[in-house]
Amino acid sequence: MSDFVSEFWNLYVVVIVLVSILACAALLFIQSKATFTQGKTMGHVWDETLEEYNNALPKWWSWMFYITVIFALVYLVLYPGLGKFQGILGWSSAGQHQAEVAKADAQVKPLFDKYMKMDVKAVAADKQAMEMGKRLYMTYCMQCHGADARGSKGFPNLTDNDWLYGGEPEKIEETIAGGRMGVMPPHAQLGADTIKDVANFVRSLSGLAHDSVRAAKGKETFTSAGCIGCHGPEGTGLQAVGAPNLTDKTWLYGSSENTIIETVTKGRQNQMPAWKEFLGDGKVHVLAAYVYSLGQGAK
Amino acid sequence: MIKHEQIEKNVGLLIVLTLGVVIWGGLLEILPLFFQKSTTTPIEGVKPYDAVRLAGRDVYIREGCYNCHSQMVRPFRAETERYGHYSVAGEYVYDHPFQWGSKRTGPDLHRVGGRYSDEWQRAHLMNPRDVVPESNMPAFAFLAGAKAKDTVGSDIDAKMQAMVKLGVPYTADDIKGAKAAIGDKTEMDVLIAYLQGLGTALKNTK
Repeated sequence: MSDFVSEFWNLYVVVIVLVSILACAALLFIQSKATFTQGKTMGHVWDETLEEYNNALPKWWSWMFYITVIFALVYLVLYPGLGKFQGILGWSSAGQHQAEVAKADAQVKPLFDKYMKMDVKAVAADKQAMEMGKRLYMTYCMQCHGADARGSKGFPNLTDNDWLYGGEPEKIEETIAGGRMGVMPPHAQLGADTIKDVANFVRSLSGLAHDSVRAAKGKETFTSAGCIGCHGPEGTGLQAVGAPNLTDKTWLYGSSENTIIETVTKGRQNQMPAWKEFLGDGKVHVLAAYVYSLGQGAK
Repeated sequence: MIKHEQIEKNVGLLIVLTLGVVIWGGLLEILPLFFQKSTTTPIEGVKPYDAVRLAGRDVYIREGCYNCHSQMVRPFRAETERYGHYSVAGEYVYDHPFQWGSKRTGPDLHRVGGRYSDEWQRAHLMNPRDVVPESNMPAFAFLAGAKAKDTVGSDIDAKMQAMVKLGVPYTADDIKGAKAAIGDKTEMDVLIAYLQGLGTALKNTK
């Protein structure tokens, strides 16, 4: 794109480009008329035996050079390059990109249209859709959830059919489209000892080894400090806010006493980015079906 | 007419003529770009790096991130599908110097802002293999142990003043508040702030 601040720069480029090309042609022409002492050396010797002839330029080489000059002129007529002249082909890199995208969209749009009319479960049963879903997953999702979709510390495993915000197809689609913001507030104000009690209680919920005296004290704090607000009186969590079920064997950050103490003390913030704008409805739909299908493999 | 031999045997003349050729090229290929609106005007939404991001940018440069990561999404569907809108010149007007890079051992980072959560960036910088087992990126855990104010942030006001000379519109208040903005942040914090701001002006308008 050439949007010069003044007409001067347009002319400036035009003049320098044309002068350069014509100077190349002139130099070639002058050289072709020069006289050479064919077969005789220039008279200087380097490195004992290295000498230089004063021969004319090889014909094939000069002609190649002439051809590049002609090519340059033809190019400048067809493509942008000569100041603000856009070339008679009207080519632009943005236009080329647009055409490329339009061509690909025309190819895949019927597919996405078809899948959009099917519900997520039906898409999940479609072999071709799942091939597409896998590619999409590998491009956009695997960085956090892993190539095997089993996640890592802080990034949910998608294959265990255990869901923070719900595993119904609509919920999965909602999660991908709009993203999620999981916030566990910090509770350092409770004091280290009380937090240790709570951690022991939390471990007791899923039958992990714990100190039962501390767990009993922690149970009271669990209610009084407001943990039940999100995790529920039974500690079974609340999918509406993404509060994890504490009674099962799935741990996003780890189940060791130290990790739980860290989680309670410092809190946790976790974000799933929103993809609707970037990917569009069709891809989100297919991805939702793919992620749904991953969970179906579990128990 | 100057003879080949004269140029060859006269180093001074050779230097002058060589310079002439280089300058001629520069006059055509470099100079006009300073007088084009698309290369000198920021597109809507592009703002100068605040003090924290500017410090983060220095961490990016110091650690040589540009050796493996480009910041230039090319206008090809294969790239825009993966990264987002292709890069345009008006996005780089406050980059002195720009971080286009020339090699992609890792992915392009020009649209990485907001792509992942801060927590992901942190986990990934601490040890990339914790989140992407296949990654061959080095770990940058040491960045979490260094205060930005002792290193990249120690002369942040001078850096911003230098940027002003290059045409970045920082105000006196921006520069005065720079040290306070960096505060106690670690090098990792400021680097993440820099990354999360990259390419966000055109991010979602594919």
